[in-house]
Amino acid sequence: MLNKVIRGLNLTGLGFLVPVLRLANGEEPKQQFKLMWLTLGIPLVSIVLFLLLWSVSAAQVKTSLGIVPGPVQVFNASLGLVADHQEQRLKEKKFYQRLEVRNQKKLAADPDAVIKHRKYTGKPTYLDQIGVSLYTVFAGFLLAALIAVPLGVIGGLSPVAMAAFNPIIQIFKPVSPLAWLPIVTMVVSAVYTTQNGMFEKSFLTSAITVTLCSLWPALINTALGVASIDKDLINVGKVLRLGYFSQIFKIVLPSSLTYIFTGLRLSLGVGWMVLIAAEMLAQNPGLGKFVWDEFQNGSSQSLSRIMVAVLTIGIIGMTLDRLMMVLENIFTFGENR
Amino acid sequence: MKPIVTLTLGFLLFTGILSAATLEKEELKFGFIKLTDVAPLVVAKELGYFEDEGLYVTLEAQANWKVLLDRVIDGQLDGAHMLAGQPLGASIGFGTKAKIVTAFSMDLNGNAITVSNEIWKAMKPLVPHKDGKPVHPISAKSLKPIVSQYKKEGKQFNMGMVFPLSTHNYELRYWLAAGGIHPGYYTQRDTSGMTKADVLLSVTPPPQMPATMEAGTIYGYCVGEPWNQAAVFKGIGVPVITDYEIWKNNPEKVFGVSAAWAKKNPNTHKAVVKALIRAAKWLDAKNGGNRPQAVKWLSKSEYVGADYDVIANSMTGTFEYEKGDKRELPDFNVFYRYHATYPYYSDAIWYLTQMRRWGQIDKSKSDKWYKKIAKEVYQPAVYLAAAKELAAQGLISMSEIPATDGYRAATSDFIDGKTYDGKKPNAYLKAFKIGLK
Repeated sequence: MLNKVIRGLNLTGLGFLVPVLRLANGEEPKQQFKLMWLTLGIPLVSIVLFLLLWSVSAAQVKTSLGIVPGPVQVFNASLGLVADHQEQRLKEKKFYQRLEVRNQKKLAADPDAVIKHRKYTGKPTYLDQIGVSLYTVFAGFLLAALIAVPLGVIGGLSPVAMAAFNPIIQIFKPVSPLAWLPIVTMVVSAVYTTQNGMFEKSFLTSAITVTLCSLWPALINTALGVASIDKDLINVGKVLRLGYFSQIFKIVLPSSLTYIFTGLRLSLGVGWMVLIAAEMLAQNPGLGKFVWDEFQNGSSQSLSRIMVAVLTIGIIGMTLDRLMMVLENIFTFGENR
Repeated sequence: MKPIVTLTLGFLLFTGILSAATLEKEELKFGFIKLTDVAPLVVAKELGYFEDEGLYVTLEAQANWKVLLDRVIDGQLDGAHMLAGQPLGASIGFGTKAKIVTAFSMDLNGNAITVSNEIWKAMKPLVPHKDGKPVHPISAKSLKPIVSQYKKEGKQFNMGMVFPLSTHNYELRYWLAAGGIHPGYYTQRDTSGMTKADVLLSVTPPPQMPATMEAGTIYGYCVGEPWNQAAVFKGIGVPVITDYEIWKNNPEKVFGVSAAWAKKNPNTHKAVVKALIRAAKWLDAKNGGNRPQAVKWLSKSEYVGADYDVIANSMTGTFEYEKGDKRELPDFNVFYRYHATYPYYSDAIWYLTQMRRWGQIDKSKSDKWYKKIAKEVYQPAVYLAAAKELAAQGLISMSEIPATDGYRAATSDFIDGKTYDGKKPNAYLKAFKIGLK
C-alpha cells in the first residue's frame, strides 16, 4: 500500500513528500529527517532568504513611481486584485439585473420582441486574464504539437527529409516572437475577415505567434527520438510487413515517446514565455496585456501589481512544466514505473 | 419630487426601448488611449447612458494610436477615442489610407508642453518674472538660445510627441515656430518630419512620455493629461505652457468610426452620439461639481489608471506648472461648454492647414479642397439628429445646440496673434513665417 502511494507521489512530481510519509510510518527516522532537510528544509530556507534579500534591496531603489515594492506590498496588491475581481462580479450581477428589467419592459411593450442574450460589458478581472492566457497558450501549443510531431516523425525516419528540414529549422528557431508578431498581425487581419467569427483576432495573433515559436523544440526532439530508435525494432516491423502507418503507431511513436514528451515540455515552456510578449502587443486580454496596461497606468500601485503578475507567470509556468512532467512519467516507460 | 423622477425614468426607459428596436448593432467595443480626455466615454458607460440608448459597450485600452486606428479600420473596434488629425490624415492618405468619419468632438484643450528639469533650469532665467513667479504664457523664445547651444555643441535636441497626426505634434510645432525654432518639415522622402529641423520630434506613446524623458532620450514633450502633471508629481520635469495658452479653446480628440461602419449602422451611430453628448454635459455641469466623481472613475486601472491626485490636478480646474506653482485654469479641460462637442468644419480645416504647413500634405491646395475634405470627414448632420432627439426628450435645451453653418467665427486667440478664419485656410497659411504655404 505504502509503496503504491510513494510511487504515485513520485509519478506526480510530489516526491518531496515521500520522506514525510515514511517518517509517519516510522521507517529509519534519522535518514528520513536528513532527506526531509534536503527536499523540504533547504528550499524553504532559501525562499525565506530570498524574501529577506528582496525586501531589503527593494527599499533601496527609488523610482519615479515610488519605492520598488517589497514582498508585503506585493502580497497586499494581490489581495487588492482579488477584491477587484469580487467587485467586478458584483457589478456583473447588477448588470444582468438591469438587463432583466429592461427585457421585461421590452416584452411588456411588445410581446413578440426578440430577447437577446448579452455578455457583461465590464473589464476582465485579473483572474479572467489568467484564464485567457492559459487558453491562448494551450491553443497555440496544441497547434504547434499537431504540426511538430508529424514533421518530426517524417524527419526522423528519413535522412533526406531531415536534410531538407534542417536549414529551415535552424533559421527560424532563434527568431524572437516580437519579430513574428507584426507579420502575424497583418496576415491574420488580411485572412480572417469575418466580423462575427468564433475567435477574436487578437487571440489568433497571440496563439499563432506562440505556435511559431514553440514549434521547434518539439520538432527537433521528435526527430531526434525517432532517429535514435533501435534499428532492430524497425527491422522487426519490416519483417512483420506492417504498413507505413501501423509501423509508425505500433513501433515508432511508442519507442520515441520519452523524447517527444521532453520536446513538448520544452515547447510549452517556450510558448508560455512567448505568450506574455505577444499579448503585450497584440492586445489579447491576458497577463501580458495586464502587465503592459499597468506599466502605462504608471500609478503608485502599478509596480506592485506588475510584480504580482511576474510571480503569477512564474508559478503558472512552473505548474505547467510539472504537469507535462507528470504526463511524461505516466505515458512513458520511465524509471519511476 | 419623487413621482417626477419615476416619470422621467419611465420616460427614459420607454424612449430607450423605442430606439433600441431600430438599432443595427447593440453590442459595441470602443478603443481608447489612457488619457483624461477619454472621460465622455467612461462617463457614458459608468452612468449607464449607453444602456439608456440600448447599447452594451465595452471599453478597451489600446497600446498606441497606430494600433487603435488599425483596429477601427479592420473592424475589431466599432469606434474609438481618436486624435482629430487621425480621421483627416486617413482620408487624405497620410499614414494608413482609410475612410474614417466623426460626428462628435470629445473636448477642447487638455494638453501641455513639459520640459525636463535640466532644460527648465537653463530656460528659467530667460523667462520674464513677476512677483518671483514666471509670467505665463512662456514663449519658445526662451528655449531658443538653449537649442542653439545644443546645436553648437553638435548635440541633437530631441522632443517627444504622440503621433505624427496628433494635435500634440501640431501644437508643439506651433509653439516652437512661434518662438522662432524650426521643428522640421515632412517631405515625400522624409516621413519622420525632420527636414531643416532645429528640434527633432519623435513619437512616444503618451503613457511612456515621463519614463522616456526620465531616461534622457527626449528633453521635453507635448502630451495630454495626466502625463504632464505626472512629471510634476514624479519631480522629473516642468510643464511650461498649456495648449489653452497656445490656442484658446482648441478642438482636441474626436470620436471616430469607419465610414463603412457609419453607413451600415446609422441609428447606432446616432445613439452613441446621444449618450456621449449627455456624458459631456454631465462633465461640465454644476460648474465642475461632477469632476471629482469623473476623476475617481478615470483613476481606475481599466481606464486611465494614474493616481487620483495626478488626474485631479488638471481635471478640477487647476494646473500645476513648477512644483507648488498651482494656478487656476478653469478652461483647461472643456467637454461641453462653448459648443465643444459639435464637429465644426473649421476645426477640421485648421488641422488640414497644419498638415500642409509642415509638409504632410505635399502640395499646396485650394480653399475649396479644404472644405471638401472637411465635409467628407466631419458629419454634423449625425450630431444634429442626436442633439435634437435629446432636446425633444428634455435632456438638453435647444440653446445648447449651435445654429451654425459649420464654421466658428474667425479668431486670433493664438500665441502668435495670427487670425484664423476657417473659410480662408490659404490666407492663414500665408501669415506664417516658418511653414509651407
